[in-house]
Amino acid sequence: MQRIGVFVCWCGSNIAGTVDVQAVSDALKNEPGVVFSTNYQYMCSQAGQDIIKQAIAEHKLTGIVVCSCSPRMHEATFRKTAAAAGLNPYMVEIANIREQCSWVHKDMPIGTEKAIILGKAAVAKVNLNTPLTPGETPVTKRALVIGGGIAGIQTALDIADAGFPVDIVEKKPTIGGKMAQLDKTFPTLDCAACILTPKMVDVAQNDKIRIFSYSEVTDVKGFVGNFDVTIKKHARYVKEDVCTGCGLCTEKCPQKKVPNEFNLGMDNRRAIYIPFAQAVPKVATIDPNYCTMLKTGKCGVCSKVCTAGAIDYKQKDEFIEEKYGAIVVATGYNPISMDKFDEFAYSQSKDVITSLEFERLTNAAGPTAGKLLRPSDGKHPHTIVFVQCVGSRCDSCAQKGKEYCSKICCMYTAKHAMLTRDKYPDTDVYVFYIDVRTPGKNFDEFYRRAVEEYDVHYVKGMVGKVTPEGDKLKVQASDLLTNKQMHIDADLVVLAAAIEPDKSARPLATMLTASMDTNDFFTEAHPKLRPVESPTAGVFLSGTCQGPKDIPETVSQAGAAASKVIGLLAKDKLTGNPCVAHSDEWMCNGCSSCERVCPYGAITYEDKEFRMPDRTTAIRRIAVVNPAVCQGCGACTVACPSGAMDLRGFASSQIMAEVDAICK
Amino acid sequence: MQINEYKPLIVAFCCNWCSYAGADLAGNNRLNYPADVKIIRVPCSCRVNPMFVLRAFQRGADGVIICGCHPGDCHYTSGNYFTRRRMALLFSMLDYLGIERERTRVEWVSAAEGAKFAATMNDFTEKVAALGENKRLEDLRCKR
Amino acid sequence: MDKNNKYLQEEILRMSGVNPRKCMSCGKCSATCPAYDEMEYHPHQFVSMVKNGDIERLLNSQSLYRCLSCFACIDRCPRSVEPAKLVEAVRLIAIRKQGANHMTADDVPELLDEDIPQQAIVSAFRKYSK
Repeated sequence: MQRIGVFVCWCGSNIAGTVDVQAVSDALKNEPGVVFSTNYQYMCSQAGQDIIKQAIAEHKLTGIVVCSCSPRMHEATFRKTAAAAGLNPYMVEIANIREQCSWVHKDMPIGTEKAIILGKAAVAKVNLNTPLTPGETPVTKRALVIGGGIAGIQTALDIADAGFPVDIVEKKPTIGGKMAQLDKTFPTLDCAACILTPKMVDVAQNDKIRIFSYSEVTDVKGFVGNFDVTIKKHARYVKEDVCTGCGLCTEKCPQKKVPNEFNLGMDNRRAIYIPFAQAVPKVATIDPNYCTMLKTGKCGVCSKVCTAGAIDYKQKDEFIEEKYGAIVVATGYNPISMDKFDEFAYSQSKDVITSLEFERLTNAAGPTAGKLLRPSDGKHPHTIVFVQCVGSRCDSCAQKGKEYCSKICCMYTAKHAMLTRDKYPDTDVYVFYIDVRTPGKNFDEFYRRAVEEYDVHYVKGMVGKVTPEGDKLKVQASDLLTNKQMHIDADLVVLAAAIEPDKSARPLATMLTASMDTNDFFTEAHPKLRPVESPTAGVFLSGTCQGPKDIPETVSQAGAAASKVIGLLAKDKLTGNPCVAHSDEWMCNGCSSCERVCPYGAITYEDKEFRMPDRTTAIRRIAVVNPAVCQGCGACTVACPSGAMDLRGFASSQIMAEVDAICK
Repeated sequence: MQINEYKPLIVAFCCNWCSYAGADLAGNNRLNYPADVKIIRVPCSCRVNPMFVLRAFQRGADGVIICGCHPGDCHYTSGNYFTRRRMALLFSMLDYLGIERERTRVEWVSAAEGAKFAATMNDFTEKVAALGENKRLEDLRCKR
Repeated sequence: MDKNNKYLQEEILRMSGVNPRKCMSCGKCSATCPAYDEMEYHPHQFVSMVKNGDIERLLNSQSLYRCLSCFACIDRCPRSVEPAKLVEAVRLIAIRKQGANHMTADDVPELLDEDIPQQAIVSAFRKYSK
């Protein structure tokens, strides 16, 4: 028989406000096995934990029930408390009387009644608990970073700095991500390339870092400390180790009409290309959709001009399998499509552009060599209208945009407006805003400078309609402060498009079994206390894959993710989850039902000799669970027809006992 | 409290990774749902043995709901698919035994769907309450 | 908010099914409105005046009859607030009052010409007749 202690937490008034904690601890006193029951204001505080430790020693408790907040919150805390008092940590059960009782019910008697029942269920379960010891698994001391933008780069550099090898998988031919496309960065206005490209070179030169560019993760198996990852390296038809990046082929290639995605299709590149001058790795890539040689077998110019002999038209996609201890997701973002916003005439006029396109237009390495010229006729625009919140902060019923604030648009629009006025004082710049959101160091000062020093016309209101007419764009907008409708003849309209997670994130999340929110941003293990970890152990989050962020935030999150990875990889062994399946060898009949449902392949069969009751020996086929591989889902326990398979920590008898306690 | 007022007894099995977290989120957001719902935490919805459901009905539960991650989002890759198949079979058998379909349900609730959790529980409780007490499968020997 | 305004506000919200609290005051409805210059109170003001229970001023305004019911504001509102439905509801309140017709149905045929689209005629009947 267990000797159980019950500890009811008030959680200040969070629980005590709706649940009569005294009544709960009194009621549970009479449950079978309970020898001690008390309540305290804050069980999780040091004083509360001391009460538990003292009670364990004084009453020789063999199990404890804490009626408090969700086990997702403090189960680990109370397990540590129990362990410190010499009790097996798996003899602790939590009755969730906060999130699932006091916070969702308003009526005191009803809340108290439910809390008592939940407490009884927990007591019934502890009565059947057994001490468990977690197994240990080794850690593969190598990290994988998925995505080679500033987030991925910073994470990889920080992990490598601690001495652990890192691989970066980037789906584009070069690392650098969105930041490589930017011109200047707010609020300091230093040029993005000047601060990013040295980091890219650091990555290339770091012997702890390998870059798999033009590659994708296609399969992930395993678990924290021991992931088996398959990486698909797309054929780039150029031998990466031979190509010197001289760029001769990219000048001679006769196929000149390929939209240049690095400049967002605003100019053309060749079929063989290096995305930009500072690309890492600086290796040419052949675009199979446009290369005449690959499509028709006739051409071969690049191969002829390549003095290094790096061109290989017969290259095939390559699959690489590698083991990793930790995975960092840094898949980043994209601006949303403007297709659903007909009112801004984005598809009708070349002179309506997104902010990222504007970024390329003002970039010295962009299609206009940094001169601000209209995409349609190459003329200098004199009136520019910026529209904020295009597709951000939309109602979910509108089905057009995103519900969230994209966070970066206010600041980059202020930057664009300011830089335009600085370079071309003869331009009129209008910014239509709903709210200007500038929380950040030196952010509001920056925005005020745009208004006060650079005389950017900030208008509180929204653009309703853009109509191309001749070479002008007729902009109809509202000015809410003067309560007027405005009509502006603009030369250029710039839309601050909302940002959304990269499309590759959703399938990746499925592979990693990491959870996502309804907007396809990865969810963190805890929104405040564990912001860079995914709820899936061993998977970490860096950058905008977790939510909209600017560069300083991304870099600090990248560093945080790296430190979490380093903390994991620095361990030689990981203590596993002891709540795993196990088979009763006398009941198992070797039918293979469990093996077929196990998603991890943790179950194998062996022939074992048994001494039978009649003193003969018999060889029987029985299931054996590898506790290091088993993740404890319990699928096998239900599939087992003979009831031999059971799950530690969540045994059938324990769940039955809970059902019985609830249904009493 | 009135003693004669009929209150349904509902057992909810919630998977640890999605639905239990969804229920916590409903709590964090203070979204009310009836106290008749009692949640049992399981590692995955596929841990729910049909025996547990039968046991609950035998012991006098009026409704049983199983909540798991959305298809494709299972923390254990495929557990919720097993749940879906097993429960489809079980529920049709229960229907044959006279346990109405409205008393049983499998619902997908993600960790981000606190509102959906509360709405589901409100709806389910309402439907079960409309059916009244479960008498078909209740084992009178268990009655106290 | 006085009693009458409160009653009218509830009635308008019930009739239109609009929740003006969803409005984030971006002004896109007014930016998009083709009849803006004709109106005393503009679409975004309709939303905020209904939200604040300032109904009587709206009821007496000619703005009610300047709205073309083109629904551009409904189409473009990022928050799905649907200002045109509010205008419609206020208009209904006005014309349902005894003798409060802006004009009678008999006045409509005179104002018609061949170029007026069918939708406008239907809309005019809906607007001006009981």
